[in-house]
Amino acid sequence: MHDAAALREVLPRAVPRRAISNVGHHTLSVRNLSFAIDGHKILKNISFDLPGDELTVLMGPNGAGKSVLLRLLHGLIAPSNGTILWNGEPIDRSIRKIQAMVFQKPVLLRRSVLSNLRFVMGLRGLAKSRSELQPILKRLHLEALADRPARLLSGGEQQRLALARALALKPKILFLDEPCANLDPASVQLIEDTIKQEKVQGTKIILVTHDILQARRLAEQLVFLHRGEVAEITPADIFFDAPTSKEARAYLDGRILI
Amino acid sequence: MQDFGSAFGLAFELIVGFDTDLLAIVGLSLRVTFAALLISCLIGLPIGAALAVSSFPGRGALVVTFNTMMGLPPVVVGLLAYMMLSNAGPLGVLKLLYTPGAMVIAQTILVTPIVVALSRQMIEDLNKEYAEQFRSLVVPFPTAMAALLWDARFALATVALAGFGRAIAEVGAVMIVGGNINHVTRVMTTAIALETSKGDLALALALGIILLIIAMAVNAAVQGINAKARRNAYA
Ligand SMILES: Nc1ncnc2c1ncn2[C@@H]1O[C@H](COP(=O)(O)OP(=O)(O)O)[C@@H](O)[C@H]1O
Ligand SMILES: [Mg+2]
Repeated sequence: MHDAAALREVLPRAVPRRAISNVGHHTLSVRNLSFAIDGHKILKNISFDLPGDELTVLMGPNGAGKSVLLRLLHGLIAPSNGTILWNGEPIDRSIRKIQAMVFQKPVLLRRSVLSNLRFVMGLRGLAKSRSELQPILKRLHLEALADRPARLLSGGEQQRLALARALALKPKILFLDEPCANLDPASVQLIEDTIKQEKVQGTKIILVTHDILQARRLAEQLVFLHRGEVAEITPADIFFDAPTSKEARAYLDGRILI
Repeated sequence: MQDFGSAFGLAFELIVGFDTDLLAIVGLSLRVTFAALLISCLIGLPIGAALAVSSFPGRGALVVTFNTMMGLPPVVVGLLAYMMLSNAGPLGVLKLLYTPGAMVIAQTILVTPIVVALSRQMIEDLNKEYAEQFRSLVVPFPTAMAALLWDARFALATVALAGFGRAIAEVGAVMIVGGNINHVTRVMTTAIALETSKGDLALALALGIILLIIAMAVNAAVQGINAKARRNAYA
């Protein structure tokens, strides 16, 4: 075991801030955010800020409101209260266009794998010939599946296609909602490597995961959500060594949270 | 009155001998119904798709109306079409009464609500699945509509076949506006009604058999389409 604090002094960050152009360009500011459905409060008066250059992992027990929070940040649903500002601007279509989201349950068109990619490339006027899409397929090991109906793929293959499709849009901000749930170790490795490459290229990534080991491998910053409230926001090394909230501590210890 | 045995024999002779009167009647039936179906789809699919993805006050009432109109009694449709097309009616100047055009109009009125109601249901189901992903991708409205129609194409083909089945088999509407005029507006169903009442069972039976074969072909096509859609997970 190495001492995280000591290590930080020698190696400030895996990815130095200055290596990324337009640092802070996609900072997120959330103020007094609430969301309720049928009088049932799902998110309760949340406020936090995220810098634009860190890989943020969103953790929390089932039903804490993680997926709802991602959908709010992506502008898919409107908050009951409060504001969400991306680089000072409220979310609109033009901001959503530089974002991409991989849903917890992938939604694929009733078409072939290749046609699913073609569809999104067409939306942005990007190249979409088979040979031009080949690298995107290859990146997530889908090239042998190009002509298969997307909805007949296995769960892991569908997740990989959903990620490939999101990355094809070259997003500046990427939301990933449990992209590795129920995947085999090789697929998890592939997806994690891809996430790391995206991160190095300067994409702001917000990842929801239940896998504590995965969070350790990827996170630079942790947001811990519990019963619709932010229990804590901490740099990853602090979070895993000494979480400040009792909810996060209980979660990491594997104690059940109600 | 022929006995049933000889009626069957004569019917088969008419069919296998490609009797010209028989062929003319079958041909007109198919032409009228295909024309009505085409117009119904051109009108009904866009309306169904628009209803499927939109929300506005009165939408619920509109959906209920179209669902109810799926079961319109053909004779009532015939009566309405007759009143529109007769000399005193708003479309009287077209002089369409007792022509195949009148029958196409009547069947279009009959089939369009079916196309609207069923396609609305199918596209609404698909849209529920796609809507959030499309919002995430910022898909422009026309592109989203085209994608929904394309990806629902197998389901929509079965909708069209349902409309076809209803139109080809109905008798009340085409009888009223067509008049069952020999060599002009006589179609399978009106011919069956007339020949049966005249006691000429052979022609009626021959047409009835052909109608049954068409119904079976339609159902086989529906099954084939569903099987293909399932196999490719397009449904
Ligand atoms: N559309 C909805 N209607 C009603 N309740 C919802 C809806 N979406 C989410 N919820 C509820 O909100 C809570 C948080 O959901 P979610 O964000 O999906 O949790 P998770 O943190 O596991 O992703 C859950 O209790 C869920 O049942
Ligand atoms: Mg979730």
